[in-house]
Amino acid sequence: MSAAAQAANSAEGGAARGGALMRVSGVEMRFGGIVALDGVSFDVGHREICGLIGPNGSGKTTMFNCISGFYRYTVGDIVFDGTSIKDLARHRMVELGIGRTFQNVALFRSMTVRQNMMVGHHYRGTSGFLSNALRLPRARADGREAARQADELIELLELGAQANLPVGGLPFGWQKRVELGRAMIAAPKLLLLDEPAAGLNHGEVDELGALIKRLRSHFSLSILLVEHHMSLVMQVSDRVVALEFGRKIADGTPEEVQRDPEVIRAYLGEGEEAAHV
Amino acid sequence: MNANLSRLLRAVFVVAALLVPLFFASGYQLFQLTLVVAYALSVLGKNLVTGFGGQVSLGQGAFYAVGAYTAAILMEHFDVPYWATIPVAAVTTGMVGLALGLPALRLGGLYLALVTFSMAVSVPQLLKYKLFEDWTGGVQGIVLLKPDAPFGLDLNPDQWLYLFSFVVGAALFLAANNLVRSRIGLAMRAIRDQPLAAEAMGVELARYKTLTFGVGALFAGVGGALGAIAVGFVSPDSFTIALSLTLFVGMVIGGASSISGAIYGAVFIVFMPNLAEEISKAVPGAIFGAILILFMFFAPGGIASLLEAQLRRLRAAR
Ligand SMILES: Nc1ncnc2c1ncn2[C@@H]1O[C@H](COP(=O)(O)OP(=O)(O)OP(=O)(O)O)[C@@H](O)[C@H]1O
Ligand SMILES: [Mg+2]
Repeated sequence: MSAAAQAANSAEGGAARGGALMRVSGVEMRFGGIVALDGVSFDVGHREICGLIGPNGSGKTTMFNCISGFYRYTVGDIVFDGTSIKDLARHRMVELGIGRTFQNVALFRSMTVRQNMMVGHHYRGTSGFLSNALRLPRARADGREAARQADELIELLELGAQANLPVGGLPFGWQKRVELGRAMIAAPKLLLLDEPAAGLNHGEVDELGALIKRLRSHFSLSILLVEHHMSLVMQVSDRVVALEFGRKIADGTPEEVQRDPEVIRAYLGEGEEAAHV
Repeated sequence: MNANLSRLLRAVFVVAALLVPLFFASGYQLFQLTLVVAYALSVLGKNLVTGFGGQVSLGQGAFYAVGAYTAAILMEHFDVPYWATIPVAAVTTGMVGLALGLPALRLGGLYLALVTFSMAVSVPQLLKYKLFEDWTGGVQGIVLLKPDAPFGLDLNPDQWLYLFSFVVGAALFLAANNLVRSRIGLAMRAIRDQPLAAEAMGVELARYKTLTFGVGALFAGVGGALGAIAVGFVSPDSFTIALSLTLFVGMVIGGASSISGAIYGAVFIVFMPNLAEEISKAVPGAIFGAILILFMFFAPGGIASLLEAQLRRLRAAR
């Protein structure tokens, strides 16, 4: 084990006592010569909405992929709810309480809105091939429960009119909302949202902000929010972490991060993005 | 009318329609229909693996052969009654499927196509192999007796076998239909559509792919056992790669991501070659090929999706 990982492990007890739900310590991710994450550390507290910002290519999505086990980093560690998830199988993340959406939408295109959400309930089912082929009571109970929960979320997300339509035909912004529902049905403790406001107009972005806050208080979960809409991030986040070239350049309240000279420089360097800050 | 009642009526109608041939079809026609059931089950297994699960397999004929030989060997060497060979063939073929699928599926992608293809190629040779000859009958194969109808039923062997296969087939189609509508079926389709997202939702890819492959093999095994009993004969040369390719054609023509598609596909592969032969005795293969292309042109999603689209249009018009 590397020194950084050991340091992370020894800090783990402290994190659990200190009440952080997830502690990212010194995570480093390389692709060939590119260092996509360069020793990034930050905490996400219980019931905290944490914004994760940074210019294009700064490593935000890479961070998500490391948390959900899609990328395997060799240096650093991520401790979730007291256990290291560094080597945890990807399909086990959801039962631990990590749910996510995808920047480019990864819905099951051949299925309806409702069916997509029901897949999100998959890990809570216990019935296997045989009992489902024979429609045994346990299989039927699983199906009923998934359908019930899907319907609840469909109502919450106001997707009733689209529930039985194939997701492929929906506008991008709505697809993002279906993804949100699919992640929420698993009742995550931590929800990773990768640019949920992409494809939304101004009014819809405001609605989304309200929805994110409502989800947090309703389901008492933590949210890690990647977003380029600065007004949205600053409005809903309790804390904001800023990345640039895979390195953390700021970590604090929205006000602190907005004033941070490093952050201003990083975004001014990008020209267009600066307008959003 | 409520949805359940109309579903029930539809089911009764379909069952009745499928039982009509019992009384009007000739012995040979009934035999062909029994083969349709056997092939339909095999194609259905392929649909589950490829159409719903997204795994490309080319070796369904090999599993059909395993089922056929399991039934034949049990009847020939162990005096097992024909009906009791069906569950044994199912379990045996399912096991073989799991054993072969496990390594191939972990490698993923086109490896599975390659492994299953090799499987289909090697099966006839294995069946002829000297070491197994005492069991398999080598090149000669095994001749089986056609079973008579039980309980003093007034049916000839062809009628009885059609009825028997029909009941077995209906039960398995029902099971497959339940499966694809369940959380398991959703997980299978999720893997096909978006494997990474499926994993993030807690679907264990290797496990589902492997089990689906095993189920697909099981269906082919039952088909093979029914086919062997109906034909009354198994030999290595009935199970060449051509059979696997024929079943593949059945899957594509019927509609891969559909349950009922397996029936249309099976009807096609049983009757279309004869039809092609009637059109031209000289080049039936070319005619068959041309018909295939026409089908792909006018029904790219298979017969099932063509029918579905028609049905939707009718409903919309009403
Ligand atoms: N699978 C990969 N293979 C190679 N390079 C990668 C891979 N994933 C990410 N990268 C690189 O890592 C860097 C960070 O990319 P990442 O997608 O995390 O940025 P981001 O902050 O999400 O950007 P954006 O705001 O545009 O979504 C980029 O240079 C990217 O090219
Ligand atoms: Mg990104």
